[in-house]
Amino acid sequence: MYEQIEVLACGMHALIEEKYKEGFNYLLDITAIDYSEYVQAKESQFAVVYILRDTSFQKTLLIKTYLEDADIESITDIFSGANWLEREVYDQYGINFTNHPNLRRILNHHQFKGHPLRKSYPITQGQLSYAVDDLSDEMNNRLLSKNVVCSLEDGTFSECNKDLMFLNLGPSHPASHGTIRTYVALDGETIEAAVSEIGYLHRGFEKSCENHTYNQIVPYTDRLNYCSAISNNIAFVKTVEEMLGVSLSERAQAIRVMLLELSRIEDHIVCLAAVLVDMGGLTNYWYMYNPREDIYEILSKLTGARLTNSYMRVGGMANDLYEGFGEELKEVIKKVQYGVRETLALIKHNRIFHDRTQNVGILSAEAAINGSVTGPNLRACGIAFDMRKDTPYYGYEKYDFDVVVGSVGDVYDRVMVRFGEIEESIKIIEQVMANLPEGEINVKDAAITLPSKEAVYTTIEGAMNQFKLTFEGVKVPMGEHYSSLEATNGELGFFIVSDGSGTPYKVKVKAPSFTAMSAYPDIIEGSQLADAILTLGSLNIIAGEMDR
Amino acid sequence: MELNTLTLPLDTAITTKLDEAIGWARESSLWPMIFGTACCAIEFMSAAASKYDISRFGAEVVRFSPRQADLLIVAGTITYKQAPVLKQIYDQMSEPKWVISMGACACSGGFYDNYTTMQGIDEIIPVDLYVGGCPPRPEALLDALVTLQNDLRTNKYNPRRHKDFKGKLDHV
Repeated sequence: MYEQIEVLACGMHALIEEKYKEGFNYLLDITAIDYSEYVQAKESQFAVVYILRDTSFQKTLLIKTYLEDADIESITDIFSGANWLEREVYDQYGINFTNHPNLRRILNHHQFKGHPLRKSYPITQGQLSYAVDDLSDEMNNRLLSKNVVCSLEDGTFSECNKDLMFLNLGPSHPASHGTIRTYVALDGETIEAAVSEIGYLHRGFEKSCENHTYNQIVPYTDRLNYCSAISNNIAFVKTVEEMLGVSLSERAQAIRVMLLELSRIEDHIVCLAAVLVDMGGLTNYWYMYNPREDIYEILSKLTGARLTNSYMRVGGMANDLYEGFGEELKEVIKKVQYGVRETLALIKHNRIFHDRTQNVGILSAEAAINGSVTGPNLRACGIAFDMRKDTPYYGYEKYDFDVVVGSVGDVYDRVMVRFGEIEESIKIIEQVMANLPEGEINVKDAAITLPSKEAVYTTIEGAMNQFKLTFEGVKVPMGEHYSSLEATNGELGFFIVSDGSGTPYKVKVKAPSFTAMSAYPDIIEGSQLADAILTLGSLNIIAGEMDR
Repeated sequence: MELNTLTLPLDTAITTKLDEAIGWARESSLWPMIFGTACCAIEFMSAAASKYDISRFGAEVVRFSPRQADLLIVAGTITYKQAPVLKQIYDQMSEPKWVISMGACACSGGFYDNYTTMQGIDEIIPVDLYVGGCPPRPEALLDALVTLQNDLRTNKYNPRRHKDFKGKLDHV
């Protein structure tokens, strides 16, 4: 659990600075809440929430402030990771962060009017965009700050000492892995300045959540990080279950751990296959992708879907494992191991691979911490932060596994950390499956879990229960809660505000890809264009999760 | 004529309609451009990988430049922010060209009925084939591809079929 402090808006910056000095040097998330339609009257319409973590990665601190007017001082001078997070709050809620270096929209397009996560904004009111942003002012500021251009008296710029060429990587680019745009200023092959633009896959996840019941949101969570859908399901329902105060049976916990690790393998496989394709190693793609198909095979038998599984429910999961799942899983694991072995045989001692990845795209440990980078990208810098070890849940402390860390934080480390994590995940899965406890998979509570079909068809109570739970949703007690787990890309958290009904009042995702992407322009500046593409691939940016 | 005769006798001729000859040639030489934005793009990766292997149907030369492609596969959610990009890519493709809309989001917005998602790409560009599913299985995409190929062989598509198409971004 975590500590929560409330503070006046004017004292916010000073408090965060003080807490930073006390050791809370890792910013998890910034979000706002619009209380205008809340059941209880609050001090003011908007509150801003900051979530911090300390150097041991075990203590979490949630700081909340009510705003008198929609203004608050920016904390970008303390945390570089706050830059994009504050831009998102500005974009979605219209809260003005004073002293922010670049306060502009981030998820919605530049022609958008209004702030969609305000309660007054109608959910279906779309706004057409007629042209993409040319990003020239952002680029000019970036170049100015690096002394690459000089500003002239008439307000224009001159390239004082470089001959620059401007190039768009994306939003539709083979190396952009989805729809991410990076606008670069090149001097020859070297990137002098880079500006990333995201939001091309902003699908309004958070607004949709405010209009659906808790169990209806599970399919939406699938499509956050669609390479490992089940871990998003689990992160979401885990938060809701903590708000409800229910605990799962040992069997349900063990199945969740096994599926979390299986999704981790599934996701790392896509990332590694793609980054090796970017490097020109197409063969690895076949070696890595074939076992992924085998994982799809058992997941579709288990959940009914290959990719977007929607397997979890509040209080448990859709159904138990099918007969023979364990044996099939063993076969799949063997195929994964074969794929990993063959791929490593091709690259491990391969001079081309080493030259292209070692000391390329370096993210230093300090920059990673300050920029809120998490997961394998952080561990590649040598920081052994893994929630499975630091704040264990679902009995992770029982399993024997290692946290894989790198040393330099380059592309090589990020790739090799993921290979190592596949091995560790296999170790965990084998331990879970060797001692899978018996028992129920769902919480026995008529207010949370749907009744059995037999009860629905034969008794009036069962039919009523089914009807109420389906139409009204699981009633979650009024309150606010943040909870997270170690998903594939790092700490995936949900901050949920409930007003006591079956629909959340507000949901915020702490998305690991978002902060990884915000660190990206700084990493690639000064490096070669071809290396920037490998760097992007090795960060494993999943647009669905980043843009939500 | 003997089957093992490699050259046709001088006095033999094959007659066909020009359209049919072109349709036959087009059928197996589609060059797709994959506009992958989201989950569906991951399923497209499956369709291209060894198990489903799109190259069995002669459509594996995936282009990332629209100018080299004649089949646009829109795989994934198209948001309002993305729409001008998609339109520009479609406009850059040279005729004749076909569009497959892959997945619920591209077809209709899917379950993202909200302020940010385009309610179907046919609001901005004309679509020839819709593939349902969220995401569709690779077989569904391959089925759309085979359907398109059959239609190309039989010249189902009128080259002027989208002459009067007016999308939401067309008046600017």
